[in-house]
Amino acid sequence: MKKIIKKLPLHDIHLGLSAKMGDFAGWKVPLFYKSIIEEYKHCREKVALFDISHMGEFIFEGDIKKSGLEEAVTPWIKKIPLGRSRYGFILNQAGGIIDDLVIFKINESKIMFVVNAASESIDYQILQERITGGKLENISAKTAKIDLQGPLAKEILVEVLNFKADIPYFSFKEFNYQGEKLLISRTGYTGELGYEIFIPNNLASFVWDQFINNKDVMPAGFAARDILRLEMGYSLMGNELKNTITPIEAGLGKFINFNKDFVGKTALLKQKEEGVAKIKVAFSSSSRRIPRSGYKIYDQDREIGEVTSGTFSSCLCSGIGLGYINSDCTQPMKNIFIGDEKKIRFGAEVVELPFYKQGSLKKDNN
Amino acid sequence: MDTYYTKNHEWVKIEDNIATVGITEYAAAQLGDVVFIDLPEIGKECEQDKTLAEIESVKAASDIYAPLSGKVIESNAKLDDAPETINNSPESEGWIAKIELSNLDETKNLMDKEQYSKHLETL
Repeated sequence: MKKIIKKLPLHDIHLGLSAKMGDFAGWKVPLFYKSIIEEYKHCREKVALFDISHMGEFIFEGDIKKSGLEEAVTPWIKKIPLGRSRYGFILNQAGGIIDDLVIFKINESKIMFVVNAASESIDYQILQERITGGKLENISAKTAKIDLQGPLAKEILVEVLNFKADIPYFSFKEFNYQGEKLLISRTGYTGELGYEIFIPNNLASFVWDQFINNKDVMPAGFAARDILRLEMGYSLMGNELKNTITPIEAGLGKFINFNKDFVGKTALLKQKEEGVAKIKVAFSSSSRRIPRSGYKIYDQDREIGEVTSGTFSSCLCSGIGLGYINSDCTQPMKNIFIGDEKKIRFGAEVVELPFYKQGSLKKDNN
Repeated sequence: MDTYYTKNHEWVKIEDNIATVGITEYAAAQLGDVVFIDLPEIGKECEQDKTLAEIESVKAASDIYAPLSGKVIESNAKLDDAPETINNSPESEGWIAKIELSNLDETKNLMDKEQYSKHLETL
């Protein structure tokens, strides 16, 4: 059967902006419009606009406790305050990551899940299997998402949408606009001050146009987005996160609250006790060379792991990457080599995240 | 000065026995933002159609092939710190290396501007 590639609601707009389109997670997406590095820089310095409508959204309504929803995912839903969101996972019984997601507490009996595009169907199926009550609706097909990210994001939000609310990081507000309800969330994937704006499809191009017409706003594609998230060390489902990797191995154990029950808890507890087989590392090249996904990581001549993501960081003026190394290596690992098994080979240094430390993410200290 | 092109999108400008080599506008656009170039060493012997230099863009790592055989006598050191020059001016300021040619006859294997333009149309 031929694989179906889906089009974003704003597909024609991207073509009109001369976007170079490419395939990602079953969707045709804008990789870049003019220059990847120019778009990346504009996000770090001013404000960029991203079409992220491919991601999935579900709405749960019902009794959270009685439905078994609490055990289906790792975040402690009961403890999330109204108007706030939390990052977490859907795990399998072995503690492996089926998907990472953000859960929005709209009210005590209404939750929104935001999930990755590639996992949307399987997430929906698994959540349906795990819950015994309430109603779970997949609203992905009618929901667009536009990300506004950059140090000027708050001012632009006021200027363009007249949205004046001061919302802290990982909180959100529902907002009436042009007769429709938007959900504006102070979250993002760039390390800059920013918002994710959830919009009914029919209003998406109108909202996009309002932002694009602002002189400070530049459209940015998925390639720039990958550099931005990598400079922050944010993991990507499919690269750093897989169903054979646990949150502990991925260095994301801090997001797991062991005071509640969830699928995969037993496996994670065992791993906490016995240790992990591999650990996630972040590294920067000793040159401008890019550590590419699939390249091997070496300790001198011994192969110890693999690169999962990499790019060029303009802020460090070097290649940067994430990967996994065997936990039986000398710790802490500092100097490594990266290579493609054929002829490319260069040195790199293991570093603490984030690579980029000057982000405006919490510009207002909030 | 004669200018020739290869099917791998290198250009070469020859004056007397010295060839200046770079990649074409088309190649630079295909690569996207160049972030690194491994310039050939001075004195390196190069052979027509064999790897002369390695180039990396955000998108991919790639080889640049020597359009003609000879010895590298100069490389464009500016590209070490400003590899984006290749994107801004691939056929002028973004030149990569100068080669002292060993066999001018090899130019018969190359395309002129018109032939290269026709070649681009087939892609």
